[in-house]
Amino acid sequence: MGRRLADLLHGRKRLQLSLLLSGPLGWLGIAYLGSLAVLFVAAFWHLDEFSGKVVHDYGTSNFETLWNGDVYRTIVLRTVGIAAAVTVTDAILAFPIAFYMAKIATPRVRGLLVVAVLMPLWSSYLVKVYAWRTILNEDGILNWALDPFGMKGPGYGNVATWIVFSYLWLPYMILPIYAGLERIPNSLLDASGDLGADPGRTFRRVILPMAFPAVVAGSIFTFSLTLGDYITPNLVSSTQFIGNVVYANVGVANNLPLAAAFATVPVVVMIAYLLLARRLGAFEHL
Amino acid sequence: MYLSRGTRWFLRIGTGVTLAFIYLPLIIIALYAFNSRRVQTWPIKGLTFDWFDKAFHNHGARDALLTSVKAGVGATALALLLGTLAATAVSRYRFFGRETISFLVILPIALPGIVTGMALNSTFTQVVKLDLTLFTVIVGHATFCIVVVYNNVVARLRRTARNFEEASADLGAHTWQTFRYVTFPQLRSAMIAGALLAFALSFDEVIVTTFTAGSTETLPIWILNNLSRPRNLPIVNVVAVISVLLSIIPVYFAQKLTADPVGSPGTVAAAP
Repeated sequence: MGRRLADLLHGRKRLQLSLLLSGPLGWLGIAYLGSLAVLFVAAFWHLDEFSGKVVHDYGTSNFETLWNGDVYRTIVLRTVGIAAAVTVTDAILAFPIAFYMAKIATPRVRGLLVVAVLMPLWSSYLVKVYAWRTILNEDGILNWALDPFGMKGPGYGNVATWIVFSYLWLPYMILPIYAGLERIPNSLLDASGDLGADPGRTFRRVILPMAFPAVVAGSIFTFSLTLGDYITPNLVSSTQFIGNVVYANVGVANNLPLAAAFATVPVVVMIAYLLLARRLGAFEHL
Repeated sequence: MYLSRGTRWFLRIGTGVTLAFIYLPLIIIALYAFNSRRVQTWPIKGLTFDWFDKAFHNHGARDALLTSVKAGVGATALALLLGTLAATAVSRYRFFGRETISFLVILPIALPGIVTGMALNSTFTQVVKLDLTLFTVIVGHATFCIVVVYNNVVARLRRTARNFEEASADLGAHTWQTFRYVTFPQLRSAMIAGALLAFALSFDEVIVTTFTAGSTETLPIWILNNLSRPRNLPIVNVVAVISVLLSIIPVYFAQKLTADPVGSPGTVAAAP
């Protein structure tokens, strides 16, 4: 059997290729892309106000609802704003450790640090959010630690969401920046120093421009992951993000068309972001 | 490279701060797992192992763990098959639309989780009319797990020379023998690494799962459902510690198996 199949395949590149590709393409190209297409089409359906059933007529009523609703606009701005804040925070936190890993640490320490950064990236998302829930809790460790100074932690809210998102996606920022910095030859940094630039100037004029595409590569993750999340805002704040509205409309409100229309917002934002990132040369750093 | 003492210290401190930021929350949750009181307040008054015993005998948690393992194994098997096939096609053949494949594979993970979740949910419930069960969870997980297997196998195929395969063919091996005795042994460790990472990814996923699970309870869903039940939080702490350990072990072995420079972001970090 195996022998006959092999004979059949021998020299027939096209047949081999179609056997290899039919599975993955069927799954991702037809089933998954098809699902996305269904979702996109569903955004143009609407909900019958009286029966609460989905009507398969096409119209832009959902988009009008979203465009004219102040609530929705606030939610979009809040989500994108937090996503931007998280991205900047992670870039600032990631740079020193990435630089240390790439340029100063001995190979052994570097290996250890990479593993140390990588491990939490794979450890349970929910556990990490839950850990922050207990930390930021009224009786949590943060308030306990700040109490002697007469201060209080931020509690649950937008600040908490910002902290937790920054925490969750930090490894996604560190790894591309580390890889990007490693590609900068040391001789270039030495040359800058020899030509009289102080460390700050070398950083601004040599390191930052060369590492910038890597930062953008990392920001694709921090941005996209923040836009698509609804569980963290749910657990550490009472405010709504794009994801919360989408989830509520799929589940409780059972308004799939409105949810689908709102879900196009993060997709459009991400596509714009990816196009910009590609222009900035970030794709070679992914 | 020359750096002033001040800069060096600044970088050391920055590294320390970031590492502390990454690890302190995990350490704190591990400590709470031994908290002798039921309420989650700091400082912890006393230590106990009782909650571990209670967690092991908690039916909800045990069933959820079993469900997660089943989902992980199913999704990993599918991802392993599809990811390896796609990687082989892209690395060893030239065809129209080759560049599109890697884009297609990354898409389920690059798009926000709610989008993938909702797309699958509406297809399952509206188009195919499937009930949401363990099966739909596996289908959903496999969709975004393909990328990790694919990335690992592609990276390996890029590094292994094709002349071995050509030599094998020249020496009279047929297609299947070449794959069995030449290509596969070279790919094996990359495939295992990809599978371990796919399992870890599936084991932790929440967002897509909430859209595809129906009443099925995976371990992360169990944790999510129990966060609002203060009585169960001590058991959640134990489950949290165990699930961190369970997801770190596969990643550790995956690291050892890939001879790639550790942490090349393309192979290991492409995950939510």
